[in-house]
Amino acid sequence: MWISVVLALTVLPAMFGLSLGFTDLYIKVLVKTLEWAALRIQRAQKVPAVPCHLPNGIIQKGDSSMEEEIVELRRMHPHPLTGGNFTLCDTFYFCKKGIESIVEDQVTQRFTSEELASWNLLTRTNNNFHYISMRVTIIWGLGVFIRYCILLPLRIILAATGLSWLVIGTTLVGILPNSNVKDRISDLLHITCYRICARGLSAKIHYHNKENHPKKGGICVANHTSPIDIVILANDGCYAMVGQVHGGLMGLIQRSMVRSCPHVWFERSEMKDRHAVAKRLRDHVADKTKQPILIFPEGTCINNTSVMMFKKGSFEIGKTIHPVAIKYDPQFGDAFWNSAKYSMVAYLLRMMTSWAIVCNVWYLPPMSQQDGEDAVNFANRVKSAIAHQGGLVDLSWDGGLKRGKVKESYKEAQQKMYSSMIVGISLKPSDMM
Amino acid sequence: MGSTNSTLSKIPNAGDLMQETGFSPAHIVRLYDRYKALDKDKKGHLCPQDFGAIKELAMNPISDRIIGAFFSSGQEVLDFPSFVRILAHFRPVDKNRPKDPNSPEHINSRSNKLKFIFQLYDQDKDGKISRQELLQVLRTMLEKQVTEEQLESIADRTIQEADLDRDDAISFDEFRKSMEKVNIEHKMSIRFLR
Repeated sequence: MWISVVLALTVLPAMFGLSLGFTDLYIKVLVKTLEWAALRIQRAQKVPAVPCHLPNGIIQKGDSSMEEEIVELRRMHPHPLTGGNFTLCDTFYFCKKGIESIVEDQVTQRFTSEELASWNLLTRTNNNFHYISMRVTIIWGLGVFIRYCILLPLRIILAATGLSWLVIGTTLVGILPNSNVKDRISDLLHITCYRICARGLSAKIHYHNKENHPKKGGICVANHTSPIDIVILANDGCYAMVGQVHGGLMGLIQRSMVRSCPHVWFERSEMKDRHAVAKRLRDHVADKTKQPILIFPEGTCINNTSVMMFKKGSFEIGKTIHPVAIKYDPQFGDAFWNSAKYSMVAYLLRMMTSWAIVCNVWYLPPMSQQDGEDAVNFANRVKSAIAHQGGLVDLSWDGGLKRGKVKESYKEAQQKMYSSMIVGISLKPSDMM
Repeated sequence: MGSTNSTLSKIPNAGDLMQETGFSPAHIVRLYDRYKALDKDKKGHLCPQDFGAIKELAMNPISDRIIGAFFSSGQEVLDFPSFVRILAHFRPVDKNRPKDPNSPEHINSRSNKLKFIFQLYDQDKDGKISRQELLQVLRTMLEKQVTEEQLESIADRTIQEADLDRDDAISFDEFRKSMEKVNIEHKMSIRFLR
């Protein structure tokens, strides 16, 4: 009897996209509580309110280029520069940049969770906050109890329901012959499952510009923060997923999903062959009856304060790209998956014991490759659009650097830039005076 | 909760360090976190390779010299107080901190900042930047981009301009004199946002 109640309360609304309003109410209460806590912390610390997050790190960095900085340094140097323009103070620029990167560098910073300006009563985000008062401690304790003893079991049940629904449902649908009806049932099935999972995370997602929703036969491209991105996006539409074939539970889910509608799963060996990969994607996209494919061109999870280099592979397929920007609100829970620090299971547990997942999804107008534009530039253009919309920093660093070494060419590029200032300018000493 | 206080208590001699360098507790905690983060193998100390792993540093033409500044006198091991002391050179100059004429100069004084740079050039620590040392720095900064002759002529000209006592080397005083008008306080300071 209980089971049918649970099913009714979760599955039916999910099927019809209705909300029982629990999540909204919960979030409202949460916001009020966190505001109260922030006020008390402020009062105790006697520090002026820091209005927003610190997505850009802990030290102040200048925006000017190498050339601007060195010219400024030299301007202060008393001696006139007569050709072969090196000055002893040029080193200051490099030294300062070097020390800045020792204190904090752009790459490593993007692979750790964003810091909050004011504590949100989760121990894990507690970096700079002292013991405040008994009242705050009590609320924090209450929060721990609610999150671990009430919310967590509830969420696990929901997640389990959602996934089993998906697996069983898709297997059943797979039996049906291919037809329009089958597709529609399959879509409904997928969306229901993702909606249940979203409730399992207490996710409140706000979709903007729904008119730009990716169409069939297109490629949807988004910035990557965590595996949950898939749940977030699929709550509002059906996508064909792209990814590697896994074993275990993931593999089971993958195999059953494929029975009811086509997804693109690659064997590990296939991934190495870029042409084969591109061909499969191209074939899928060419078929207008198939759902748009969802790709994360960064290739790895970034901490949602910036967008890193987009790999050009997805942009070479030659179809319309539908960019999507996803921005999580870190106040309610840190959605970033630090795969070096947490395994997938540990990560999901963390997600389920956060307050909630609140995020904004913007659908951007479709973009296509222009004449004479190569894949790399196209990728960068799309990346900038996404970064701009989501309020993220647009970086050209490769997310793969998280694991690999910097190429010599970066250093050479710096040396080249600097040498042009020294040797290039020396050809016209009169201009420098 | 009570995070800063407990982290601060984990750091040995934090109080002395703050006194010596002028960093606030929050800064010390951040630097400590950074120190731990750089120590990927959890050795408890840093070695030159840990610095080499910082991507932005790796593309800096004088990265080896900067790393060398941390590991002076051939040591291969950097502990946290030494790490902080070096970084303290780059603290913005405190306009408000009272200058006690009897106390030793602050680590981040103008003179000490200049000394830090001077030592990047003066590798053999004899108090002078010789022509050879200057050439070496130029070589690391420019490597394949200019010819040896160009390097030599640049070195010649630089020494000519700065070398006042004509001993074919730049002493610290000559270095300091040529930097008189340069806004060291601004150019050689790193501001923490919080």
